[in-house]
This record gives sequence, C-alpha cells and structure tokens, in this order.
Amino acid sequence: MDFLSSHLLSVILFFPVFAAILILFLPKGEDKLVRWTALIASLVPFVLTVVLWLNFDASASSVFQFEESYIWYAAINSNFHLGVDGISLSMVLLTTLLTPLAILASFSIKEKVKAYMMLFLFLEMGMLGVFMSMDLLIFFVFWEIGLVPMYFLINQWGSSNRNYASLKFMIYTVGGSLGLLLAIQLLGVSFGTYDIGELISHFNYSAVLHNIPLNMDINAVKAISFWAFVVAFAIKVPVWPFHTWLPDAHTEAPTAGSMILAGVLLKLGAYGFIRLVLPLYPAESAHFAGWLAFLAVMAIVFGAFGAYGQTDFKRLVAYSSVNHMGFVLLGIAAAAKAIGTANAHIAMNGAILQMFNHGLSAAGMFFLVGVIYERTHTRDLREFGGLFPLVPVYGGILIFTSMASLGLPGLNGFVSEFLVVRGAWGELAGYTAAAMLGLLFTGAYILKGVKNVLHGPMNEEWAHGEHKLTDINTREIVVMVPLMALMLSLGIWPGWLLTVINNAVTALF
Amino acid sequence: MFNSSMILAILPEILLLLLGLLILILDIVLKGKDGRNLGWVAAGGLLFILVLNVFLAKPTMPTDVFGGMIRYDMLGYVFKMLFIFGAMLTSLFMMDSEKLGNRGESYILLLVATIGMNLMASATDLIMLYLAIETTSIPMYILAGFMRDDKKSTEAGLKYLLFGAMASTVMLYGFSLIFGFTGTTALGAISGFSLPLALGVIVLILVGIAFKISLAPFHFWAPDVYEGAPTPITGFLSTASKAAGFAVLMRLFIGLFPPASAYAPSWTLIMAVLATITMTVGNVVALSQSNIKRMLAYSSIAHAGYALVGVVSLSELGVGSVTFYLIAYVLTNLAAFGIIAAFSKVTGSEKISDFAGMSRRNSGLALAMLVAFLSLTGMPPFGGFVAKVFVFAAAVKADMVWLAIVGILNSIVGLYYYLTVLKVVYLHRMEGENEEAHPIPLSRPYAIALSVLSAGILLIGIIFGPWFNIASSAAAGLF
Amino acid sequence: MTFPILSVIIFSPIVGALILLLMPAERKTEIRVVALMTATFALILSFWVYLNYDQVAAGYQFIEKYAWMPQLGISLHLGVDGISTPLLLLTGVVMFTGVIISWGIDDRPREFFAFLFLLASGVFGVFVALDLFMLFFFYEIAVFPMYLLIAIWGWVKTREYAAMKLTLYLFIGSVVALIGALAMYFNSGFETFNMLVLETANFSPEFQKIWFLPVFLGFAVLGGIWPFHNWSPDGHVAAPTAVSMFHAGVLMKLGAFAALRVGIMLLPEGAKFWAPLILMLATVNVVYGAFIAMIQKDLKYMIGFSSVSHMGLVMLGFATLTKAGMTGAGVQMFSHGVMTALFFAATGMVYDRAHTRQIPELGGMMKPLPWVGVTFIIGGLVSMGMPGFSGFVAEFPIFMGVWQVKPWVAILAVISIVITAAYIMLAIRRTFFGEMPKELEGHITPISAMDKVALGLLSGLMIALGVFPSIMVPMVETGIENVLRLLGGA
Repeated sequence: MDFLSSHLLSVILFFPVFAAILILFLPKGEDKLVRWTALIASLVPFVLTVVLWLNFDASASSVFQFEESYIWYAAINSNFHLGVDGISLSMVLLTTLLTPLAILASFSIKEKVKAYMMLFLFLEMGMLGVFMSMDLLIFFVFWEIGLVPMYFLINQWGSSNRNYASLKFMIYTVGGSLGLLLAIQLLGVSFGTYDIGELISHFNYSAVLHNIPLNMDINAVKAISFWAFVVAFAIKVPVWPFHTWLPDAHTEAPTAGSMILAGVLLKLGAYGFIRLVLPLYPAESAHFAGWLAFLAVMAIVFGAFGAYGQTDFKRLVAYSSVNHMGFVLLGIAAAAKAIGTANAHIAMNGAILQMFNHGLSAAGMFFLVGVIYERTHTRDLREFGGLFPLVPVYGGILIFTSMASLGLPGLNGFVSEFLVVRGAWGELAGYTAAAMLGLLFTGAYILKGVKNVLHGPMNEEWAHGEHKLTDINTREIVVMVPLMALMLSLGIWPGWLLTVINNAVTALF
Repeated sequence: MFNSSMILAILPEILLLLLGLLILILDIVLKGKDGRNLGWVAAGGLLFILVLNVFLAKPTMPTDVFGGMIRYDMLGYVFKMLFIFGAMLTSLFMMDSEKLGNRGESYILLLVATIGMNLMASATDLIMLYLAIETTSIPMYILAGFMRDDKKSTEAGLKYLLFGAMASTVMLYGFSLIFGFTGTTALGAISGFSLPLALGVIVLILVGIAFKISLAPFHFWAPDVYEGAPTPITGFLSTASKAAGFAVLMRLFIGLFPPASAYAPSWTLIMAVLATITMTVGNVVALSQSNIKRMLAYSSIAHAGYALVGVVSLSELGVGSVTFYLIAYVLTNLAAFGIIAAFSKVTGSEKISDFAGMSRRNSGLALAMLVAFLSLTGMPPFGGFVAKVFVFAAAVKADMVWLAIVGILNSIVGLYYYLTVLKVVYLHRMEGENEEAHPIPLSRPYAIALSVLSAGILLIGIIFGPWFNIASSAAAGLF
Repeated sequence: MTFPILSVIIFSPIVGALILLLMPAERKTEIRVVALMTATFALILSFWVYLNYDQVAAGYQFIEKYAWMPQLGISLHLGVDGISTPLLLLTGVVMFTGVIISWGIDDRPREFFAFLFLLASGVFGVFVALDLFMLFFFYEIAVFPMYLLIAIWGWVKTREYAAMKLTLYLFIGSVVALIGALAMYFNSGFETFNMLVLETANFSPEFQKIWFLPVFLGFAVLGGIWPFHNWSPDGHVAAPTAVSMFHAGVLMKLGAFAALRVGIMLLPEGAKFWAPLILMLATVNVVYGAFIAMIQKDLKYMIGFSSVSHMGLVMLGFATLTKAGMTGAGVQMFSHGVMTALFFAATGMVYDRAHTRQIPELGGMMKPLPWVGVTFIIGGLVSMGMPGFSGFVAEFPIFMGVWQVKPWVAILAVISIVITAAYIMLAIRRTFFGEMPKELEGHITPISAMDKVALGLLSGLMIALGVFPSIMVPMVETGIENVLRLLGGA
C-alpha cells in the first residue's frame, strides 16, 4: 500500500496501458471477454481516483499534491513530474468517470473489438497525462499521444465520411500543436527548464534567463509563445472561428468517441488556458481578455444559431458543445481581465465547473443520440417525431439530460453558467449581456431538438414492423444513471466539487 | 675485383639463363611430345629461382658492380622479384594456351624477356640500359606475333616491332645526345646540363619510355597489340613489361635530374600533364569498348597514368607508392588477363556481352574476376585500393591536389566500366538461361595461378604494411 | 589482455561470410541457419558493448590498437564512444532482422548473405575505427557490396541503373573526402592517421575552411544531403528488402557519422565557418524531402524520400553545433535507423504478397497482415515525431538546438512534421485500411513467426526509447560533450 499511496498518480495514469497490453494477449474472437476486461480495467482508475479524491486535502497549504518526479530526459532538463491540484483533480475525476461509461456504451461495437478497446485505454492515458503533468514537455507528450487513438477511433469505427473528418481533425490539431511545440522549445531554451512551476516563478525575473535565441527581447519571447499557446489551445477548445473541425469529427466519430471527444478532449484546450496561459502570461491575458470574451460570445451565439439550424441530431449536439464551451471561455476571459479579484475567482470557479458539467451533459447527450441512431440508423431530425409514447424511458432520460444542458435551475448546468455570468458581469458587462442573449437561443435549439424527436406527429415508420423502435435497454440505462445522478447532485449541492476547485483557484489566480 | 656481390647481383639472371637452357634441352629430348609439361618445368623453375633469390640475393648496401654497369640495390631487387613472379604465373597461363603451351621456345622467349627486364631494373649505364631494353623487346615482339595463323596476332607482332623499334631509336638518340655533351654513359657521372640539352634529352627519352609504358599520346599501338597477342602474353606485356618501363623511368629521371636540380620542375610538369592525358584518354576510351581485351588494354593505359602520379610527386613516398602500385597492379592485371584467357579458351569469345551468366557457369572464376576487377577499381580490401590511396597521398603531399582530383575523377569513370563488366558477369543471364549446361572448366594451372593471384591481391590489400616497407626501401635507394 | 570484443564484432561477419562461401550452394536451409547464427552472435556482442559502456567514465572505451603500418602511422585502432555505441547496436539489430527478413530469398542465398555480411563488417568497422585510414578502408568495404546486392537481388526494373548510380555517387563522395583526409595527414605534421592525435592538430583556420567542405560533404553524400541525395531513393527502391533496411537503416548513418567524426571533430573551425551553409542544405533536405515524399505513389519511394527528409534532421542537428541539437542528431540516427528498417521490412512483406507497391493498388492489408499494419503504424508515428516514440525524443532536442541558432529555420523545418503526418497517415489508410482490391483477395498469406520477431524487435526498440529516453540519451550526450570540447567550450 505504501507504493500505491506514494505513486498513486502514476498508477492511475499507467493502469490503462497495462490493461491494454493485457487485452492484446487475450485470445482471438473472445469479444465478450475483451469488453468486460476493458470495462473492469477502466473502473480501476476510477476507484483509485475516488481514493485520490478522498485523500486530497482541499485546505492544505500546498496547492499541488501527490507529486511525483523522475528524471526522464536529462539532456534537455525535462523531468517526469506529476501532480494534481483542485482544478486538475476534477478533470481527472471526469476522465476516469467517463471512460468506463464510454466503454460500456461501446458494448454494441462488433468490429475489431480488441483494437477498439485498446485504443480507448490509450486515449484515457493520454488525457490523464495532460491533466497530471507538471512539466511542459510531458504535457506536450501526452497532448500529442491523445491524438493518435482518437484519429483511429474516428477513422476506423466512424460513419461514412470518416476519412475526411479524421484527416481534418488530425491536420487541425497537429497544426495547432506545432506552434505549441515551437513555443515550448522557445521557453525551454530560454529558461533552461520545462517545469511548469519553475517556469511560472521564473517568468518575470529575466536574471535566470539562460540563453534566448537571436538575442530576442524577453517580451518578444513571451509574445511569440503566448500566441502560439493561444492558437493551439483555441483550436482544441474549439474557439470560434477555429471550430470547423469539431462538427465533422463529432458527426463521424462512433458514439463513445463523441462522448470522450466532447466530454474530455475539448476540456484539454480550456485546461491549457487555465494551467498555462493565464499563469504564465497574466499581463498579456488581461490585455487580450476583451478579445477572448468577444470570441467566447461569438462561440455562444453562433454555436447556438448553428445548432438551431441543424437537421442532424448529432450535429446539433456538436454545435451545442461550441456553445457551452463558449461559457467556459467567457469565464476564463473574465478571470484573465480581473485576475486576483473576487470576480475573477467566481468566474474561474464557474468556468471549471462548467467544464465538468459540460463533460457530463455532452457525454450524456451524445450517448442518447447514439442510442437512437443504433435503432433507426438515421440521425435526421425530420425523420423522427412523436416517439415519446414508443420509448417513454428514453424520452424521460433525454428530457432530463437536455434540461441539464439547457441550464435549468436545480440541475448542474445552471450553477456553473450562473457563476460564470455572475463573475463576468462585473468585468465584461457588454459581452455578458450578449452571452445572455445567446443563452436564449440555447433554450431554443434544445427545445427544438427535444420536440422534433419526442413530440409532434408520430412517424409511423418506427411504430410497427421491422423498424419498430425498442426502448432503451438496461446496459444503456446503467451508462446514464451515474451521469444523471451527478447532474442532479451538482445542481442541488455543488459544494463538494466547488470547495476543491475554489481552493486551487484562489491560490493560483 | 671480383666479389660475391657481383654474383649475387646477377644471380637471378644466371639462374634464369640456366632454366632456359634446361628447357631447351628438355624440348629437344622430348621432341615436341608433351610439350605442355615444359610449362610446369618453367613455372617450377621460376618458383625455385624466386624463393632462392628472396633469401640469398637481397642487397644490404647499394653497390655498383661490373664497372658501374649495374647497381645492386633494393629497387632493382624488388622489381626483379616482381618480374620473376609475373613470369612464373604467365608460364602457368601459357600452358593451356593453344600453340603457345606445348612449344618449348615460347617459354624460353619468356625467360629471355624476363632476363632483359631484370637488367632494365638494375642498369645504371646508358649502354647497358639500351641493351636490356632490346633484350626484353625482341622476344616480346616474337611472342606477340606467335600465332602465325592468326591474322590479328601477326599484325600485333609486326606493329609492336615497328613501333617498338622506332621508340628505341628515339630513345637511343636521346642517349647519344647525353654522351655527346657530357662524355659519359654512366648514370652517376652525368652532370652539367644546359637548358636546350636538358629539354632535348627529357623529351627524347620520355618519348621512348612513353612508348614502352604506353602513355598517351604514345599509346595507340597498345590496344591493337594487346588484342592481337595471345592473352597470357598480353598479360605479361601489360604488367611486367610496363613495370620494367617504370623502373627505368624512375631510375633514369631521378638519377639525371634529382629533385634538387634546376630541371626537376619542368620534367615533373611534363609528366603531370602526360599523366592527366593518359588517365583520361585511357578511361574514357575504355568506356566504349565491347571487347574485353581492348577494354583492359585501355584500362592498363589509364593505370600507367595513375602510377605516373606517384612519380611526379618526386619524393621517397612517391617512388615507394609507385612501386607498391606496380606490385598491386601486376598481380591484378595478370589475374584479369588470366581469367579472360581461361574464359575465351572455353568459349572462344572475348566480347564483354558473352560473359553473361558467367557467375553461374563457374562461380569460382567469377569470384576471382570480382576480386581482380574491384582491385582495378580501387576498392578495399583489395590491393588496388591501398595502392591508389598511396599514390594520391603522394600527390597531395607534393601539393599537387589538382592531380589527385583528376585521378579521382578518372577512377570514377573506371568504376563505371569495371562495374559494367561485373554486372554482366553476375547479373545477366546466358541466352536460354541454362548456364548449368555450359560450365567453364578450369585446368589445374589456371586454378593454381588464379588462386595465388586472388590471395595475393587480398594479402597486399589487407596486410599492406610489410609490402609497403619493401616498396619504400626500394625507393630509398634512389634518394 | 582483455577480450578484443570490437575486432571480434568486426570480423565475425567476415568469418561467417567465409563459412558460407565454403558451404555447398544447394544446402539453402543450412546456409540460412549459419547466417542467422552469425547475425545473432554479432547482435549479442554489440548489445553487450552497449550495456557495458561506462557512461560515467565516458570517452573512448574498449580500445584496441595494433600496429598495421607504423611507418605511415596507420594502426588498427578501435574504440567506441557515446555516439558510436548506439550505432553499433543499431547495426547489430538491423543485421539480425535483415537476415530474418531475407529468409525467403531463394536465388543464390549463399552469395547474398556473404555479401550482406561483408557489408555489415564494413559498417561495424567504420563505427569503431579510430584511425582515419581504417575508417576509409571500412567505409569503402561497406559501400561496394551494396552494388552487387542491389544489382543481383534487386527489383528487376531499376536495379542496374540504381545500383550504378548509387555506387558512383558514394564513390565520388568518399574519394573526395579521402583527399581531404590525406591533406589533414600531411598538414598535421604528426605523420599519423590516429584520429585522437589528429584532434589535437590545431590546423590553421584557412586550412580548415578549405578542407571542411570536401570532407563533410563527401561523407554527407552517403548521409543523403541535398543536393546529393539523388541516389538514395532510387537505391532504396531497387534494393531487396534486407538491403533497403541496411541501406537506409545503417549505411546512411555511416555517412552522417563519418561526416561528424572526420569533418566536424577534426576540423572544428571549418565546421563553425560552414555551419550556416550546412544548416541551409539540411533544411532543404528536411522540407523538400517531405514534400516529394508526399506526392509519391510507390510506397518504397515514399519511404525513400522520407529518409532523405529525416536524415536532413540529423544534418540539421549537427549543423547547430549545440549540445541539444547534436545530441538529438545522435539519437535520431539510431531512431531513424530502426524506423526505416521497420518500414522497409513491412513494405517488403506487403510487396512479397501483393506484388505491387503502388499505394492506389493496395488496400485492406490490416486484416490479413495485422502485425505488419500495426508495426507500420508505429513506424509512422515515430516518423511524425509523435511523443512516446523515439522520433520525438530525437527530434525535440534537434529543434531545440536549431532554435538556439536560427529560429526561422526551426519554424521552416517544423513544417515538415505536418507534411509527414499527412503523407504517412494517407499511406497507412490507403494501404492497410479500406477495401482490398479484388485481384489481391486470397493472395495475402500471413507472415511467419520469424517475421513477427523482427517486426516486434524493431518496434519494441522505438517504443522503449520513446518512453525511456534515458536508456540512450545520456550516453549520446557524453559523446557530444567531447565534440563540443573540440569545438571549443560551450
């Protein structure tokens, strides 16, 4: 147990890899065995994360806990340095929670199950690594690793237009990370270290500068790396207008892929803003906060309009992600503008909580889209209608999740959006007002989606014969229950999560 | 007056003469029956002479003997051993050559020519030198035209005779100029050149020697003669005879115009230009040949050019490297011509395209060919590589980098046509692809000779230290 | 007297070749077994050297010295440092896997393996030679067997042309470098070819400026530097699988290594003077190679040009003359070697079954050949510089080094990563996924267990190095520190 407690983070991080290797050696053709192994294996990190959560001392003086550090690449002074604070802890929890659910949701996958499950577990490792790393280079390593399984998940198990979508996804994100790579190198060369903590503390003392290439001004270094970081993270979030890869990728990805993509991968970009951009470049961030807020509002408004215009159910949900992530950005922008104030703390708390919430609701929504798609083989909203009497349980769950996503008070979405707006109001009143207008459209498109599927005149095709719609089954309910429980609990009592987040936020910003 | 070193100085020649007499007697005794066995006698006898002299006749101090006619030194000794070695292998190759192998006189002529070469390498008097050259040349004229029924061979003999005689005459004229102006023929005593005299002497003698070692532009006899002469004789002609020419060249020019003399830069410059032309002409023309003997003829012209690069650098390293180069070259070219002799004896063809499928017809022969041709190219671990490196090193040391670069460019051209032959040997198939049905049997003398040569090429390519020692000790005598 | 392990490594392939040549040509199975035994022996020994290289002590180790030709200062002087030790291991690995992959060669296998081993022994020799003359000696030995291997066992359509082109290019390069080496020999005044002594020669700056370029570029021809890279893709394509592996995997490293050892280490002032030019050429290599690779239809040509691009990174690293850059270049040599060996092995397996390498004519190979597909993907990720694989570990410091010298070059060169990602991903998708063409159905037989061993070993190495860079990087660093010392401080 001693080993476990002192290496808890690396165990959580690498357990999926061991599981993947184990799956590799399972006998051929035993799909059922593979599925269950993957599911159980993905539950282990979740359980360990719960242990981590319980042992995490929210009131401790040191923000980062469970730190581990090993020499990794001595030649360039990069260490394998892990650690979590409240912000990353909540993201780790989200990841380890969503992965088993996504795997459970993928039980209906029939082709190449082994490879699918292995890729999923690798993906989990990549995401966890980003949230846990405290070394810039390691951060980048995991950042990139996550791409590969996602590419193959879309490319191999996606729907008809998957080749285009997967390549677009790859090119956009690799393109974004190139800038990131160069910026990381620039920082590494200039400061002689990749440790995030050290970088932050050194950043304003040019005395420790090692060797700036080309005798550049320190401000030039900062400006270059700031923009490189911003672009890379903005693509990942995605911030309007870098978002065009997202609807394509979502639409073509398999259901579980979309769940993870929306639930966790999008958070990586926002996390990058919070972990790196704001602490490293407070001045620049404050300076450009208005622009960021503008982009955030554009994302909220256009995301909502875009979603409203869709006839494809999955694309609708995809655009809703753009819309929701806009709130995260708005919170970040507000925090950037007013760093160190109470408003900033509230906005930041809201942004992080919104990340968590969106993870829950987007994953749920995508899953529900997948459920109906599996039965009808269409996602065209115009072909549904009046399905409520046919699938009452499914209908109930869909309405519940939609309401959470819409921001109904009492459910989780409301809390976080309220916090964001509350924090931002004092700093960026105009933008916040515009965002509130966007919120109106959020209600519109969600209601439109729900209406088109469940209400109105019934499409008789689904009522009889071979296409007769069956209700949601037990396995699928098992996937939804934890999500709904969390939505409800966070709506009623968000305190358990907020304390952890807030502690980190007040210490850092 | 008389001392033991006088005997030792000409011990190889005495023994060669005795061997010749022995063969003459045997030839009469056997009355032409089993004449081929005379080849074994010749080869065995030459081996005996070689071994004996290696142990007995090695000079310790350079001494002039026979009234300054001959110098008993390492340079002569090394070359003599090389000639005897070459003659030994040539007689093995001759054994299975039609019309050559079972006639006693062919071996005797070979031995006489070898005596002449030996004397060329050690002569230090102009008259002695001239006599030695003629002693070498006359038997070679006969051997080249030995196959009287063959038009090409007859033509080769006659051509060689005419051009050789002319070259000798020109050289003799140069000698006479020296004698006329300085009153002596002893190499060591000649001194006091005036400019026009020096120039005349340099040009005349150089022309004579250039013929012998086939430097461009005095090379045009060589391809015809090489092609027409019986292949084993071509091998001997292109190796030992050429090496003898180099021995004379180095002794004569470095003796007459040593590095310190006023005329040294001018003759080295002339030779550098000659070397450039020779390498280039030889290699470029070789590219387009379809007859392998003609190709090798041009390639051997080119090799004379490489060797000349070493002479030009006019240093101990240079002469040593030339000597080493010639050792490697003699082994390699003998092997090449031996292989061609073996091949054309069976197939009756000397066309490069007919070598197709040879590696499947006799893999051993193909391997030997690989070794020989790669050594000609200058690839390690074969002798040719080390030889070339040393020659170029000498040029670099003498600040003649441009000459080394010319050499390099040329060896790349060389690489191309040597590889082309190997490509045919290893890669192309015979028509009908039934190589197994057309084996190339190797008779015992060929097998022995080619194994010895291949092993020798490898040996000097890998353990080059001792061989270079010998070569540089030969060079030391000149400075 | 310690065990002369380095000379045993060099000469064991030759001994193996001789044994092979003495065996009757019909006993093909026995010939293969002997070949495999020889290769295994060499692999074990090179691995042993790798494990026993003392990183703390650094410097040259396992030194052996036998007088060869004392009057000219030539000796059989062997030793390894932090740069050459990984390359030694690389050669062992490629040799071993190359023999395994070539199990199926049926046309004169005896000669094939004999030539291959001759080549291997030349390669080993160059990596461990501490004597300039011996370095050339082995270098030429390594170049020549290539000709026969390609010309005899290569791809019928282009083998004669490609083999000749390759040999001529490399020969020119090496002799040009040789002239430079001779100039060093005479100019130093030490009368020795011992490189450790020549390092201390302090050649005049003028001398170094004149001779650095011929020496460096002469060797870099074999490293595939632009604009002398032309031989390489043709050669790769024409060569049989194992030879392509050797060629791209090891031989190109030979050029880069010799360029470092002789060019940069012996002529440091010249290196400093010409570094910007080399940097530029290498950048062209990197970007141009990637672009050309992208438009290739033939899988092998694509990999060939990607090698040009990746070797450009090695040169780029050298040209930075910084610790990070050169260390990265050293690691990149190993990483790229393993990676291309894997690529060519996988391509060879596909080609043997489909009889085409045209990417549009392939498809759906993943199902019948899962091992090939997965390892090819791993190779692809390495070549994209994906973190977690050896390519990243190598390329990251290279770019870091370039940042320190010429940031705009870094930005330019980084473009190649996106291009690489694009063409590798496209090639993977078109070859291994999608629909299998009708005419190939049923012809794709599974690969043998031995093939799996080879693929597994190669991809395992790349992952191991990617996850634990410390198994190699510190070693390379010790070697680079010595280079930096010669470059004067830093």
